[in-house]
Amino acid sequence: MAKEVKLLGFWASAYVVRVQIALNFKGIEYEYVEEDLKKKSELLLQSNPVYRQVPVLVHGGKPIPESMVILEYIEEAWPEKPLLPQDPYQRAMAPTFKNKIYRSRSSPFQCLPSGVKYFTTKGEDQLKAKEELVENLRILEGALQGNKFFAGETAGMVDIVAGWLPFWIRRMEGLFGDKVVEEDNLPHLNAWFQDYLSLPFVREKLPPPDKVCAHLRGLLASLEPN
Amino acid sequence: MASEDVVLYGTWSSSFVDRVKWALKMKGVEYQFVEEDLLNKSPMLLQYNPVHKKVPVLVHAGKPIAESTVILQYIDEVWPQNPIMPEDPYDRATARFWAKFIDEKEAVWAAIGPCTNEPGKNVEPALAALRVLDDHLGGRKFFSGDTIGYVDLVAGWMIK
Repeated sequence: MAKEVKLLGFWASAYVVRVQIALNFKGIEYEYVEEDLKKKSELLLQSNPVYRQVPVLVHGGKPIPESMVILEYIEEAWPEKPLLPQDPYQRAMAPTFKNKIYRSRSSPFQCLPSGVKYFTTKGEDQLKAKEELVENLRILEGALQGNKFFAGETAGMVDIVAGWLPFWIRRMEGLFGDKVVEEDNLPHLNAWFQDYLSLPFVREKLPPPDKVCAHLRGLLASLEPN
Repeated sequence: MASEDVVLYGTWSSSFVDRVKWALKMKGVEYQFVEEDLLNKSPMLLQYNPVHKKVPVLVHAGKPIAESTVILQYIDEVWPQNPIMPEDPYDRATARFWAKFIDEKEAVWAAIGPCTNEPGKNVEPALAALRVLDDHLGGRKFFSGDTIGYVDLVAGWMIK
């Protein structure tokens, strides 16, 4: 009998969404548990005592925290429909892209921090943050190497890891009435944004855009000095 | 395997390079070591690691791999003798989690290290992080149990 799979999450978290997308891709049935981040459940605190954060995947009662670790676990525990290439060298290359996208210890190419800066700044600072973000995204544009997806003709692990970019950048563009990624400046990435978001196994797991925008607006308001 | 097949670009002082050296040694893999001057990086290094321009970089049969933890996992897959990673997916996930924790906390621990500008400061977060790691180690000989494994290699720099 298959072991029970539970996912502890928060609906607006990009890290949780990417795990849901991976589970959906693999056709894995799971129970989703929405956490109140202001009042975390006992299960969450016990499952992730180090970071106390979502997402946490609980498989047969055993918890796995950290979205990147969860993604690799999903790949290994359910090897059918692989997200990573079979060849060891190709597999080694996939995480290198992941690190470029996620956060590399002292890497100048950090999409996540520059995305956060773009979100939280205004005026001149925001313009500078946008330039930095676009520069980081230019690396991803190059990494696509003219392919439809980072993994080639079909989407794979790196696409799922990077998948927060299309959704959340478009939300921020809507919020600020701005354009960060378009046909003119990053044509391949622009196309990838569209192609990735239209994949059924992705689309089914994205939170409602309006709800996310309202959530982001709320976050921005809370950052205002009183 | 001929040693020209495996080349490691590194510096003598880098703990991240050490991890890779230990792994190659554990597996009995012969390799050529190229000492890099980080203030004057070689064209080979810049070619092999154009994004981060950092060591270590492992070049296997002409193909470069960067990032020490990625290199360790690659080495484990290509040379399966004396495995570094556990077999069971859950144990592997646990190992990856702790390696990530150790690497993330590196800055916290470096802040109280010999090169800090503020000796005596930043001790609390460093100690807290160390306590977490200590708890996880429990009474075991190594993070991986009786023999050295992935997390031990990743944490090994702390002994220096």
